[in-house]
Amino acid sequence: MSAAATMVERPPPRARGWPRRRIAGYALVCLWILFGIGIVSYLFLAWNPDFFAKYAPAYLRGLGVTLALVSISMVLGAILSVPVAYGRMSKNRILSGLAYCYVYFFRGTPLLVQTYLVYYGLGSFRVELQSVGLWDFFKDAFNCGVFAFALNTAAYQAEILRGAIESVPRGQWEGAASLGLHKLQTLRKVILPQALIVALRPYGNELILMVKASAIVAIITVYDLMGNAKLAFANSFDIQAYIWVALVYLVMVEILRHGVEWIERRITVHLKR
Amino acid sequence: MPAQSIWTLLSWGPEGWLDDIAYGALITIALALATLPIGLTIGFFIALAKQSEEPSLRLAANIYTTVFRGLPELVTLFLFFFGMPILLQHLVRYFRPDTTVDVNSFVAGMIVLALIFSSYASEVFLSAFRAIPKGQYEGGYAIGLSNWLTMRKVIVPQLLRIAFPGLENCWLSLLKDTSLVSVVGLAETLRNASIAARVTKHAFLFFGVASLVFLALAVLSSFATNAILRSLGRREAQR
Repeated sequence: MSAAATMVERPPPRARGWPRRRIAGYALVCLWILFGIGIVSYLFLAWNPDFFAKYAPAYLRGLGVTLALVSISMVLGAILSVPVAYGRMSKNRILSGLAYCYVYFFRGTPLLVQTYLVYYGLGSFRVELQSVGLWDFFKDAFNCGVFAFALNTAAYQAEILRGAIESVPRGQWEGAASLGLHKLQTLRKVILPQALIVALRPYGNELILMVKASAIVAIITVYDLMGNAKLAFANSFDIQAYIWVALVYLVMVEILRHGVEWIERRITVHLKR
Repeated sequence: MPAQSIWTLLSWGPEGWLDDIAYGALITIALALATLPIGLTIGFFIALAKQSEEPSLRLAANIYTTVFRGLPELVTLFLFFFGMPILLQHLVRYFRPDTTVDVNSFVAGMIVLALIFSSYASEVFLSAFRAIPKGQYEGGYAIGLSNWLTMRKVIVPQLLRIAFPGLENCWLSLLKDTSLVSVVGLAETLRNASIAARVTKHAFLFFGVASLVFLALAVLSSFATNAILRSLGRREAQR
C-alpha cells in the first residue's frame, strides 16, 4: 500500500455555534419530542381502566391471529415460491412465461384487490366450490386471507429466490460439476448456502412487509390486531384504540428489523475483512 | 340468475358499470399524481437531512422514516382519517365553538400516501446521494458555485438519474397503495368495483376488472418510465 492510502483523513472539526442546519435540526427534534409527549400525555389523560380491561385481551388475541396469519402464509408462500422460481429460471418458453405472468399479476395488483378477489370473488363460484368440497375452506375469512397472502408472497419470494440463486457466479456451478456433484447436490451444498446469505435481507423485508400488510385482513372481517382495533374504535369512538395498535405494530416491526440485522451480522462474520 | 349478460354489465352507460370504474380509475390516477410531487419533495429533504453532518437533523429524519415505514399503511390512514378531525376540532373550538371538522378522504389519502411515499423515497435518494463522489461537490465549489447552485446544477441532475429505478419502484407501490384509500370512502377504482359487485352479485367479475385496471396502470407507467429513462440517457450522451 502506498503512503497516500494509509494516511488517515482527519474528520473536519465540528461546526461551532448555531449554524442554520443546527437550529433546524434542534427545532425538528423538539417537534418530535413534543409530538411524543403529546401522545403519551393523551394516553395518560384518556386512561380508561374499563377500556383497557375490555379490549386488552382482545388485542392479545388479535396479535395471535396476526402472527398466525403471517407465519402460515409466509411458510406456504415459501413452499409455493420454489416451483415459481424454477419456472422463472427455466429455459422452457411456456413454463417461464407462465411463471412471469404469475409474478407480474401478483406484484402488479394491490394486495387488497387480491384479497377481495378471493374473499368476495370466489363466492361467485359457490356451487362449483361446493361440489368439490372446497366451499367450507373459502367460507372462512381467515382462510381466504391466508390463501391470498400466500399467493401474493409466493410471487415476491420467488423473485427473491431467483435473484439470490442468480447472484451466485456460474463458476460455482461449473466447479461443483467438475467435482462430480449432480445438479441437486450442487444446489443444496454449494449454491443455496451462498444464495441464502444474499437472500436474508430481502426475506426479512418481505416478512416485515407481510406483517404490515396483514392489517388488510381486518377489512374482510378477520379479527386480527387491526380488526380488534377497528371494533374497539367502532364501539367506543376513542382514538386511543388506533394509537395502541400503532404502537404494537411499530414495536413488532422494529423487533423484526433489528432481529434480521442481528442474524445478518452473525452469519456474515466470515465475509468481513 | 340475473337477466343481464356480462357484456351489458360491462357496458358504458346507466345499465353498465364500465363508466363508474373508468371514473374510479381517473380518481386513482389523480390521487397518485397529486401525491407524487409532495412525496418526492419531502423525501428529498429527508434524505438531505439524513446525510447532513448535524446529528440532530439526522435523528429527526431517522425518527420520521422509522415511524412511517414501521406503521402499516392502513393504520396510518385510519389514525389520520379519524384522529385528525378530533385534533382539529379541539383547536378550532378555541376560536369558534360548535363547528364540526371533516377531513376529505382524498386529502387525507393524499397526505398519508405522501408520508409513506416520502419515507421510502428518502432511502432511495439517500443511497443515490452516497453514490455521488465528493469531488462533484468540490468541483462545484471550486468553480465558484454557491451551495444552492452546486446542488441544482451539479448534484441533482446526477442524483435523479441514479435514483430513478428506485423511485420507479416507489411509484408502483404508491399506485397500489391508493387502493387502501377506498376503505375510508374515496370513490376510486376498487370502491366503485365493490359497489358494482355488491349491486350485481358478480363479485369475481368486477374485482377481476379492478385488478386489470391496476395491471394496466402498472404497464402504462412502465412504458412512461422507459421513455423517461431513454430521454435521461440521451441527455447524458449529448454531453
